[in-house]
Amino acid sequence: MKGNVDPSAPQHSGSTAYINARIIDPVGDSDYRGAVLISDGKIADYGPNLFASGAPYGIQSVDCRGLYLAPGLVDTRVHTGEPGEEHKETLASAGAAAAVGGITSLVLLPDNEPPFDDASLIEFVARRARQVKLANMYAYGALTVGLEGKELAEIGLLAEAGAVAFTDADHAVGNAQVMRRALYYAKAFDALIVHLPQEPTLSTGTMTSGETATRLGLSGNPPLAEVMMVERDIRLAEMTGGRLHLAKISTAEAVAAIAAAKARGLRITCDTAAPYFALNDLAVGDYRTFGKLVPPLRAEKDRMAVVEGLKSGTIDAIVSDHRPQDQDSKRVPFAQAEPGGIGLETLLPISLELVHNGHLTLPRLFQLLSSTPARLFGLPGGRLAKGAPADLVVFDADYAWMVDRDELCSKTKNTPFDERPVQGRVMATIVGGRTIYRDDSFTTTAQAA
Amino acid sequence: MGVPRLPHLLGIEGLAPEAISGLLDLSESYIDQNRSIDKRRDLLSGRTVINLFFENSTRTRTSFEVAAKRLGADVINMDVATSSVRKGETLLDTAMTLNAMRPDSIVVRHSESGAVNLLSQKVNCAVINAGDGQHEHPTQALLDALTIRRRRGSLQGLLVAICGDIMHSRVARSNIHLLQIMGARVRVVGPPTLMPTDIEKMGVEVHYSMKTGLKDVDIVMMLRLQTERMQGLFVPSISEYFHFFGLDHEKLRFAKPDALIMHPGPMNRGVEIDSEVADDLDRSVIHEQVEMGVAVRMACLEALIGGRRNALAGAAA
Repeated sequence: MKGNVDPSAPQHSGSTAYINARIIDPVGDSDYRGAVLISDGKIADYGPNLFASGAPYGIQSVDCRGLYLAPGLVDTRVHTGEPGEEHKETLASAGAAAAVGGITSLVLLPDNEPPFDDASLIEFVARRARQVKLANMYAYGALTVGLEGKELAEIGLLAEAGAVAFTDADHAVGNAQVMRRALYYAKAFDALIVHLPQEPTLSTGTMTSGETATRLGLSGNPPLAEVMMVERDIRLAEMTGGRLHLAKISTAEAVAAIAAAKARGLRITCDTAAPYFALNDLAVGDYRTFGKLVPPLRAEKDRMAVVEGLKSGTIDAIVSDHRPQDQDSKRVPFAQAEPGGIGLETLLPISLELVHNGHLTLPRLFQLLSSTPARLFGLPGGRLAKGAPADLVVFDADYAWMVDRDELCSKTKNTPFDERPVQGRVMATIVGGRTIYRDDSFTTTAQAA
Repeated sequence: MGVPRLPHLLGIEGLAPEAISGLLDLSESYIDQNRSIDKRRDLLSGRTVINLFFENSTRTRTSFEVAAKRLGADVINMDVATSSVRKGETLLDTAMTLNAMRPDSIVVRHSESGAVNLLSQKVNCAVINAGDGQHEHPTQALLDALTIRRRRGSLQGLLVAICGDIMHSRVARSNIHLLQIMGARVRVVGPPTLMPTDIEKMGVEVHYSMKTGLKDVDIVMMLRLQTERMQGLFVPSISEYFHFFGLDHEKLRFAKPDALIMHPGPMNRGVEIDSEVADDLDRSVIHEQVEMGVAVRMACLEALIGGRRNALAGAAA
C-alpha cells in the first residue's frame, strides 16, 4: 500500500489516453465506462465511446483496468505551517499529502504567521506552489487586518494579487457592523466571503456542550452558537447582496436555517468538513485531543443532520479542514490542546463512506468534493470538460485499509480518524497532465509513441 | 517492559460496586488504627509515594501524606510552585522525569480535566487522582461514602442532595457516580447557571430550589462556591446566593429530621453554609469526613501498591 509522490513528473508533450476507466462526471451527473484523452496538460476528449474499440495506436495509453477516474478533489480549507510554523507542515509536505489524497487543487487559509492580510503573502504562496510542483495551490486573503475582526483587510489588492476568497479562518467576525461592511465592500470585486459561523462569546468552551462534556468536566460550546451566527449572516447577506459562503456547518439547526434561506432564493452557500459527517462528540472519548476541532465535534443527531444536508444539497461542498498540530500542541491536557486535525489524505476515503452507506452517488459526491467548490471559488479544475485542466484522480472505491497516523505523509500525525477502517484508495493523482502520485500497485501499461 | 503496569485510581466512573465496597471495607480496617496511639504499620515500607500537586490543596495533600506515612511509605511532596513546571516544562516531561525516579505511586492534583488521565498514560507506576479540573475527585467520593455508610449502614436507597456549584465541581461528579453505583438516588440543587448541560443524563434529578431539592433527603452535601470567579458572572451576588442556596437551619427543615450535613471543605461560612449548621454536632459530619479521608487514602494506597490488590479487581472493566 505504498506509492510514490513525484513533483518532478514530466508533462508529456504529446497525448496520453486513460482507457478502461469508470468515469465520474460530476457536472454531467453521470458515470460510465470510457476513456479520457489528455493533451498538453488539458482534457482533449472524454466519453463512453472514446477508444471504445481498444487502445489507441501511436499515443501513450494508461489502462485503468476498471478503476474510477474522476476530476481531482478541490479542497477549499487547508492550513499549513508555511510561513510561520514550518515544523508542523510545509507547502511541500502538504502538497505530498494532498497528492496521496487525490487532491489536485487546494485553497490555503490565511491564518499563518504572518496572516495573509498583505498582497505579498498571496504572491509568496503562489511562488512557493510553483516550486513545490504538486497540487494547484491558491490562497485566501484575510477578511480583516490580523484576522482580528476589526478593520477590513485590503480586499481589492489581495484579490488583484490572486486571493480567491476572503476569510478570517477559524475566527468568527463577532461584530455585525464589520461583517456588514465586509459583505458590502467585497461586492465591488465580486469577492466571495467565507465565514465560520460561531457566536464568539458563546464559543469559549473546549468541546460541544452536552452529556460527554459534562461527564468529562470540560467546558462546552452550545451548538446553538452556530445557528445564531448563521441567522445573523443570512440577514447581513440579504441586506448587502454580498457573496457569502458559510464554512464547516456542524449542527442540525444551522443546516435547517441555511435550507430555509436557500428556499427563499438567497445566494448563500456552505460547506462541511469530513469530521462533521463521520464523527460525533464521543470521538473525544477519554480526552483525545486529536478530536478537539473548531467547531467542536457535535452530538449524533447533528452528525446525522449534516449527512442529510449533504444528501439534500443544502450543503454544497466538503472540505478537509486540514490543520496540522505537533505533539507539543496536542499532548497536553484537553483544554490546553490546540484544536484541529489533519485531513488531506483521508478526505476521499472518509467521504466515500457516504457512497458506501448509500447516502450519495459517486457523481453527486464529486460535485461536493470537486466541481462545486471549484465553481464557487472560481478555480479552473474540478470538472471534466474539453479544454479543462487535466486534474484527475484514479481511485479504487472498494480498497479496504485502516488509517494509521504513522503512515500518513503530513509532518504531524493529528488525525481524528486514526485506526478507522476505511474503503477507497487513490491509485494515481494527475495535475495538469502530470502524474504526481502513483500507487505502487497501479503499474501502467504505458507505451511510447 | 520489566516493570508491570499497575492499575490506577483515576475516577469513580466505571468502577464496579464490588470494587467500591472492597475499598470501603479496607478503609474501615484503618479507622481503629488511626485512632490508636500506635498509628504506623510497615505495609508500604520501602515504597515511594510522590504527591504531585499542580494546584494548591493543603488539606488533601496532607491527608495523602499522613495516609502514606502511616503505612510506612516514603513520601515526597512536589512543590510545584518552585519546580521546573513553572519554567515551561510540560506536564508529561514532569511525569516522565518523576517516573524515572521509580516511585510506586504518584498522587496528582491538576487544574485541568483529564490531566491526570494523560499523565497516567506515560508512567508505569500507580497514579491516584487527587482531583483533576472539573472532572473527578475519587478519594473525596470514597470518603464521603465511608462517612455515610458508617452512619447509615448502607448507601442503598438513600436520597442525597448535592447542592451548589455543580458545574465546576469534580466532587459532585465523583459523588454522582459513586452514590448511584451504590444504589442511592441523587438530586442536584443550585441555580441554573451553575448546572452543567445535560446533567440529568447522568441520572440525577435537577432542582433549582432548596425547598424542593432538600425535601425528604437523607443527606445534604454542600459544595464550595469559588467566590472569586462567581460574582456577577454566574450569580448576582454572594448575599443573593446565600439567601437562596446557602444552607441554614430554615432550609434544612425541608430535609429529613435526621439528615446528615456534609461539606468537602474548605467551607465559606456565610456563603454556601451557615456557621450554626456547619458546627451543629448533631447533624454535621464535616470533621468525620476529614478523618475518613485518611483511612480511605490508606486503603487506596494499599489497594494499588500494597500486597493486597484485589480491592480494585474489576475496576478496569
